[in-house]
Amino acid sequence: MRLSRWLADRWVMIVALLVLGYLALPILVVAGLSFNRPSSRLSYDFNEFTLDNWRQPCATSDMCDAVVRSVQIGFLATVIATVLGTLMAFALVRHRFRGRSGINVLIFLPMATPELVMGTSLLALFVSAGVPQGFWTILIAHVMFCVSFVVVTVKARLAGMDRRLEEAAMDLYASEWQTFRRITLPLVLPGIVAAALLAFSLSFDDFIITNFNAGTTVTFPMYVWGAAQRGIPPQVNVIGTAMFAIALLLVGLSSLRGRRARRANLLAGPAGHLRRPS
Amino acid sequence: MTLLAPTGSGQPPPAPPAARSGRRRLLPYLLLLPGAAWLLIFFGVPLVQLAAASLYDPSGSLSTGYAMTWAVSNYPDVLQAYWPQFLRSFGYAGLALVLALLLGYPLAYAIAQKAGRWNNLLLVCVVAPMFTSFLVRTLAWKTILSDNGALVGLLRDVHLLAPDGRLLATPFAVVLGLTYNFLPFLVLPLYASLERLDHRLLEAATDLYASPVQAFRRVTLPLSMPGLVAGTLLFFIPASGDYINAELLGTPNEYMIGNVIDSAFLVRLDYPQGAALSFLLMAAILAVVFGYLRRAGTEEVV
Repeated sequence: MRLSRWLADRWVMIVALLVLGYLALPILVVAGLSFNRPSSRLSYDFNEFTLDNWRQPCATSDMCDAVVRSVQIGFLATVIATVLGTLMAFALVRHRFRGRSGINVLIFLPMATPELVMGTSLLALFVSAGVPQGFWTILIAHVMFCVSFVVVTVKARLAGMDRRLEEAAMDLYASEWQTFRRITLPLVLPGIVAAALLAFSLSFDDFIITNFNAGTTVTFPMYVWGAAQRGIPPQVNVIGTAMFAIALLLVGLSSLRGRRARRANLLAGPAGHLRRPS
Repeated sequence: MTLLAPTGSGQPPPAPPAARSGRRRLLPYLLLLPGAAWLLIFFGVPLVQLAAASLYDPSGSLSTGYAMTWAVSNYPDVLQAYWPQFLRSFGYAGLALVLALLLGYPLAYAIAQKAGRWNNLLLVCVVAPMFTSFLVRTLAWKTILSDNGALVGLLRDVHLLAPDGRLLATPFAVVLGLTYNFLPFLVLPLYASLERLDHRLLEAATDLYASPVQAFRRVTLPLSMPGLVAGTLLFFIPASGDYINAELLGTPNEYMIGNVIDSAFLVRLDYPQGAALSFLLMAAILAVVFGYLRRAGTEEVV
């Protein structure tokens, strides 16, 4: 009786934890398989423990080339998309102008369109314009689908910002540029960093759009896709695990910094309200 | 125009404030220009190009070039050839959506209302799968569902699965993969809605003798509607266009419309057919989305 009572009180939490287990399971499998010596090229089963994959992650050099290419494209796409998207976010939040709703639609549509349609339509454009497909067409495509996400992320941060802080700076004879450098930018920066991280992860992990616009250029997801037909080298799981660890580390660091900043604000007393939680 | 006018014509120079406000009026357009141009050229124009390609003469080829013949018949042709894959795409995506709602709603609710100070940690757990590669994760399901794996062994032992039954390469595997891959997109907006839910409203409902089920139906569910609608769309749009799960976890018998489009463009090089299929997919998704939005009656999705 008491057990059923206990279950009735907590069943939501229990279901939630089970679902989290379902979400975590493949990651654990990837981490486990990174220590596996597969019995054959096409086998996906755990066979024998080994550290070789971690010792020689680049044993299959094509894979590491693909990872490097993905990082290059991800980095460039992130820089371009973050700049373009941040400028757009400033225009949308800080200015009144004609044609705002059209711009909003233009930003929203790429997020609502299936990737497949964006990929095939760019392919149709590049083919009809006679543009050879490769590194640069991938980069163009990645910037295109990242921009909207940057705009939305930076916009949210900007909209939650207290305008009075900037007015106060101007009242204290800061020039427009000084106000921007010393007040606006530091306050928006967390939003811009979040947007950049989002853009990088979207770009690094994109398969569908890249697949249609890559020509013979191979990114990491393209490599995994190709290898899935021929047999996956276990080092793919090393990369998967390492990516996961790096991302987790970044999240951990940022939450630690956030906590320290909050504590510092608390100590700073009345000025503490300057950093409003977004 | 005034910038181009000759300056020595006796006109007084524009007063500084006016020039300033002119610049101010121009500024938003300058800020928008690079991004908007990028989106127009590489998102807008390609859609037009795709629409044109879907009307090309289907008897052309990539090497000989395509003639624009306004071949509207491409559409009924591809629909006739590939309607099973179309139906399957929406069937699998719909099934996965139902599963995802059953799993995702309690998860979002628990994190928003029950987790207390653990809620940030649990949220990180929800997005954690996205920290690693989509394809690598999907391949991990191949290991989990493998014929020699522990799961299949267990199910065979308790006779839920015939001795020669399998999980991999079945519709079940594809739906499970879709559910898994897009679940975070459903949970996050739902969480955002449920987090704002005022717990006192539920207490009030209970005080007024509502059973837990009634309180959920009449209070929690309506208040979580914006997140539910947004999450459903964020789940359904990519899931119905996905072909990675069908390719890696299924067989050609489980192929969805994405697999057909992929092979039309990259294997068969039949651009008119691929373009027509892409457009039909987009039209079908838009129809589902708008139909759904009208019924759900919410404006807070964007």
